Amino acid sequence: MSLLPGMFIISAVLLVAAGVYCLLATRNLIRILIALEILTKSVTLLLIGAGYISGNMGTAQAFAITLIIIEVVVVAVAAGIVLGAFRHNDTLDTRKLNNLKG
Amino acid sequence: MNMTILTILLAFMVVSAALCVMVRNLLKAAIALALTSAILTVVMFMLDAPLAAVFELSVCAGLVTVVFVSAISMTKPHSREEIAAKVKERLKRFIYLPFILLALLVVMLVVLWPCMDFSQVMKAGGAGAKVQEVLWNNRQTDILGQIVIILTGVFGIVVLFKERETK
Repeated sequence: MSLLPGMFIISAVLLVAAGVYCLLATRNLIRILIALEILTKSVTLLLIGAGYISGNMGTAQAFAITLIIIEVVVVAVAAGIVLGAFRHNDTLDTRKLNNLKG
Repeated sequence: MNMTILTILLAFMVVSAALCVMVRNLLKAAIALALTSAILTVVMFMLDAPLAAVFELSVCAGLVTVVFVSAISMTKPHSREEIAAKVKERLKRFIYLPFILLALLVVMLVVLWPCMDFSQVMKAGGAGAKVQEVLWNNRQTDILGQIVIILTGVFGIVVLFKERETK
């Protein structure tokens, strides 16, 4: 039981590192959404882990469900925006999305 | 709870997330993301969070994967020549991730692990309320917010995915 908090924190930090690295390194719009998903996965893991350790699983599950709902709506709307950008520019490369450049 | 299984699952989760970032094919990346969600679901079941686990499995591993696969299929894939030209450049950008993750793991195990003391937090734990009681009695505003967010998402999807009339 005493090892649990450390394991959750380490896994969550590694997931955040993978997500942030993907956000920084990628130039593909869909892969940016995947990076956001990885980041939210780490937050979900940390929420559930914190709830289990402190004995408040009800509250942790309520927060996790709220987070999942927000996550799916954000991804769905962002996917629509990505498709709109693709229709306009015919590319998913972020370096070529320079229509608003002055 | 079996700590060995939990440790293996958490390790697999990190590995599948790293795979999801590093793999070249977007479809494979979406499937790796679904695998990450599925592993997180098992972890949630092991931690006595069945309701959140069902949500995670059905929504994150199911619906979000469908959204990603649809988005990928509606966009144009790179040609073989473009992929061949970009392989080296892409490898250069993503090759550092495993080393960064390994370095972070070693730093946290060596430096942070001895300093982690959660005995106060763990003592404070009680039986806790059920998720239904928490959602309907204590967090009613969250439910209202969820309804508003879902409606916003539905309207956003209707507007964004609408096919424009061609002249």
